[in-house]
Amino acid sequence: MTDRGERIGEEQTLAGAEEILSVQGVGVRLSGRETLRDVSFAIRPGEFTGLIGSNGAGKTTLFRVILGLQPPSAGRVLIDGRPRSHRNPLIGYVPQKFLLDPDMPLRARDLVGLGIDAHRFGIPRPSRARRALIEQMLEAVGAGDFADARVGLLSGGEQQRVLIAHALIARPKLLLLDEPLANLDLRAGQEVVALLARIAAEHRIAVLISAHEMNPLLPVMDRIVYIAGGRAASGTTAEVVRADVLSELYGSHVDVLNVHGRVLVVAGAGDASDLHGHDAALPGLEIVS
Amino acid sequence: MVSALLGGHPAGALPSPVIEPGFFAAEDVRVAIVVGAIAAIVAGAVGVFTVIRGQSFAGEALGDVNTAGGSAAFLASVAPLLGFVVVGVIAVGAMELIGIQRPRGRDLATGIVLGAALGLAALLLYLVTTVHSTTGATQTILFGSVLTIASSTIAPVAALSVAALALMAMLYRPLLLSSVSTELASARGIRVRLIGAAYLLALAMTVALAAITIGTILSTALLVGPAATALRLTRRPGVAIALAGLLGVAAMWLGILLAYDSFDWPPVGTGWPVSFFVVSLIFIGYLLSGLPGLLQRRARAA
Repeated sequence: MTDRGERIGEEQTLAGAEEILSVQGVGVRLSGRETLRDVSFAIRPGEFTGLIGSNGAGKTTLFRVILGLQPPSAGRVLIDGRPRSHRNPLIGYVPQKFLLDPDMPLRARDLVGLGIDAHRFGIPRPSRARRALIEQMLEAVGAGDFADARVGLLSGGEQQRVLIAHALIARPKLLLLDEPLANLDLRAGQEVVALLARIAAEHRIAVLISAHEMNPLLPVMDRIVYIAGGRAASGTTAEVVRADVLSELYGSHVDVLNVHGRVLVVAGAGDASDLHGHDAALPGLEIVS
Repeated sequence: MVSALLGGHPAGALPSPVIEPGFFAAEDVRVAIVVGAIAAIVAGAVGVFTVIRGQSFAGEALGDVNTAGGSAAFLASVAPLLGFVVVGVIAVGAMELIGIQRPRGRDLATGIVLGAALGLAALLLYLVTTVHSTTGATQTILFGSVLTIASSTIAPVAALSVAALALMAMLYRPLLLSSVSTELASARGIRVRLIGAAYLLALAMTVALAAITIGTILSTALLVGPAATALRLTRRPGVAIALAGLLGVAAMWLGILLAYDSFDWPPVGTGWPVSFFVVSLIFIGYLLSGLPGLLQRRARAA
């Protein structure tokens, strides 16, 4: 516990019992390699949290641990104060890179309907209440216009909305989204972010969204969890996105620049060759032409 | 020939130039109509998932594997359906052990089991033809004949169909989500591997039903053909299943009818294999179902 970021994380796990997600000292070893080490942070209902880190930093691995699909080698995860279980309806999940066969016989509304009870055996019984619930959820995410289209033929942004509805219809308390902005253009990305911020506020659902670029999330993030070098720092953006905190995470000097409301994380002059060599795209860094 | 029949129908029979007199009176035909329809309905429900899960090769392999089951049953003088089911379930178990669930290992496991089973089939079919000095059995095992099924087979066929459909109804929701995305399914706590194994069991039962009607190596046509056709025509999973069943039944019944009529075709008095008609009709149906999409693309391009 010499790391400033980890101290911030620890503070939060002690903060209160109304945490919906509490990650406590989680470490993960994947085929002998330490992917994550002593990761701690907590999320409360209605909070919008960004999980920021470059590609391969361990964001998806951390999600898999939270979902109970990857056992941690150290630490524990509490969901609503209880140890996570393999089947946890409290968590909704939108995976990364969702590529669906265009021939799949599934309308947007069918996929949303599967969100209600796909884990149960048997054939769903059609009912007015069920139809109304699906309709309401499609409208809530702005997917009403393409409710009857084949999911596989929808654009990335449209599929994203349908998947959010699929995840939300089971009324989770925590919504995890793995790189939802990765395959969207700027405008579609902004719309999805605004939608998620609204959902978090209106329904008191905690949203945890991973991204390799923090700028699109800056206006809505209540909290940031920044992963680098297998470790995490968490807090408000003001607490975490600082040269000293991030330099400790990266283990070499980085600068945090504020340019026209955008945050750029850039490698310090002395380590430029080193950082650019293995990690050219630091989270937040925008290549400006 | 056909026009000469027109006036001569007994009262109550369908007055149609293609349905020859005595069609529904023949016991063989009635058994074929019932067994064929049952097999086609089950194949529709299971086949839609075979297509969307990309497991056509597993379906084909289970059909081919049944050649060993059918010939073993012939040698042991037991019902071929029993041989199909037993060998099919053993094959599924072997595929599962080798690791069919891993996408990359899946086809490999299927291929290995298929190769071993076909080697066994080579021996058993050799014994069937030499020891029993009959080639008709080989023809029936490989290409089937829904018109030669004993009426005593209806009960076990019905029981197996009910079991397969019940299993599919039970698996429906978790299987559908697993087929859409294993990631979404496992995040919901669905045991994707267990569901996949249970589905293979349903597939083995279905392939046995298809094999008894149109033969082991043609069984995959009934499994995959109507399902692929239905998937071109609808975007709703439930409708696809119903439509696949209907198309299969239509191909089966029309095939039986044509086979019955073909007794009058050259060489007169023997008739053409019913499986030829069924499989051809399924193929034609699949080609026709592609027309609307093709015309649409043409119209858009023009």
